[in-house]
Amino acid sequence: MTTMTVPRGGTAVRAKGSLLAHSWHFTAQSVKVLWRQPVYMLFMLVQPMIWLLMFGQLFQRVVELPGFAGINYTDFLVPGVVVMNAIFTGAWSGVAFVEMMERGIMDRMLTTPVRRGAIIIGSLAYHGLSLLVQGVIVITVGRLAGADYPGGPSGILVTLLASTLLIAAFCSMSNAFGLLLRTREALIGLSQFLTLPLMFLSSAIMAQQAAPDWIRTLSAYNPVDWAVVASREALSASPDWGTVWGRLGALAAVALVLGYLGTRAFGSYQKSL
Amino acid sequence: MHHAIQAERLVKTYGKVRALDGLSFEVPTGTIFGLLGPNGAGKSTAVRILTTLSRPDDGTATVAGLDVMRSQDQVRLAIGCVTQKISVDPATTGRENLVLHGALYGLPRRDLRRRTDELLARFGLAEAADRPARTYSGGMQRKLDVAMGLIHRPRVLFLDEPTTGLDPEARAALWAEIAGLAADEGLTILLTTHYLEEADRLAATLAIVDRGRVVAAGSPDALKNELRGDAIVADLAGTESLAEAERALGRVPGAREVTVSGRRLRARVDDGAAAVPLVLAALDAAGVRVGAITVARPSLDDVYLRHTGRTFEEEAA
Repeated sequence: MTTMTVPRGGTAVRAKGSLLAHSWHFTAQSVKVLWRQPVYMLFMLVQPMIWLLMFGQLFQRVVELPGFAGINYTDFLVPGVVVMNAIFTGAWSGVAFVEMMERGIMDRMLTTPVRRGAIIIGSLAYHGLSLLVQGVIVITVGRLAGADYPGGPSGILVTLLASTLLIAAFCSMSNAFGLLLRTREALIGLSQFLTLPLMFLSSAIMAQQAAPDWIRTLSAYNPVDWAVVASREALSASPDWGTVWGRLGALAAVALVLGYLGTRAFGSYQKSL
Repeated sequence: MHHAIQAERLVKTYGKVRALDGLSFEVPTGTIFGLLGPNGAGKSTAVRILTTLSRPDDGTATVAGLDVMRSQDQVRLAIGCVTQKISVDPATTGRENLVLHGALYGLPRRDLRRRTDELLARFGLAEAADRPARTYSGGMQRKLDVAMGLIHRPRVLFLDEPTTGLDPEARAALWAEIAGLAADEGLTILLTTHYLEEADRLAATLAIVDRGRVVAAGSPDALKNELRGDAIVADLAGTESLAEAERALGRVPGAREVTVSGRRLRARVDDGAAAVPLVLAALDAAGVRVGAITVARPSLDDVYLRHTGRTFEEEAA
């Protein structure tokens, strides 16, 4: 995002310091639209609930494999589901950008003094917020389904923080794809192509010790796995905080880099006009 | 500031396509200006550059006295922009569309609320204000769209093909609104259109754009008067050689600018009514059967034909 050069003169002063205000407007508007159609919120919960309850049942006995150390699979699965939710929700966010372009809303917006960064921040904030709500619900339902979180509130906070960083990264990536590819089909195709492998190359639903070596090696470089590991570690009875903070730091770095690239994609879109 | 918009030798290429090829024009402050031309003539490209959406490869432009490339932020505050596609958010209400758009300009809350009410009333949307925009008719959405472009009281308003896709009734209603705006708000309006009638009705001055250049500019009347004389159009009934018909018409005393398109012959004469019998006689003598013949005062279509060598309908088709 470029910082605005504040021009002299009456009218221009109004645009000063507008990044926050603009971001707030976009976020509030998205939340308002969602609030008005609560049925969408239910739809958004269907997928994580299926993962949580059906995977939870289906793979109940997977913990008997060596590598799981005999833990309860629901305990194991809850942070995995919160993280999976982040990547799948985030990967779709660019669709909103494509729709804005198709409707001409994007071009019109770019003729106003709106800060380009605010459009991106608005998208990130909205998806971050909806992820937090979904995360809390997943954790609560997990608890009702018998999961135990020995790490307590700090563990839950770390889980939510890790997923928020991850969704920021995936949103930025998806938004950038949206701005560069400009069609829903290409965006969704590319996102699916990335999200599914990233999910399976992590310990979201399967313990690393039970996975083949090559997957273990690859997942060490996989931000999705970092989020799962940080969450699971923080939720355990005696977390290794070095591991937790290390993974969170790496996630924050990835989110920042992708956020920067997402903003650059805006420039490339505008150059093509 | 004498000119609200000044475009000088704008050039823009997309790959191998030269969308603008040295486009120049100026718009006097407080008037409606029409950019007239078929699809692909470069009108929208020109609007994109003047509204800071896109940068020209060459040339300069000022809007409200501000350089569109150097003072983008100030230009954006001074202009309102209504793009070709209706760009209201269908999920939110008319009022919310206006308020969110106004907030992007940093209007103080109370001022924004007052301006929103004012515009809703002005465009006859007060009753529908709190319904989602998706329930609006095409004409209502377009009015909301134009209202959004006015929320911050811009000095220059850009309307890119504002009535495309509207039914005739909605189109007439919007014409009345646009004409009123220039008068009431002291606004300069740049309008692009491929409807001759629209340019004729609304624009005080216009420029005819062809292949990225202005080929003629002036008031609609001045452009028409330049043509001196009436148009004679003869539709041929038979399948005779067109070249022969064209030659025969050319032999009629006083006939000039003879052109053929399809089975239609055109010529310009000083006195249309007096020329009709001569034209019919000449064509008859050449063995050409005429299905219909009309005489018309010069129209913008004739102006277009004169400057581009093509009729407008041909281009639009």
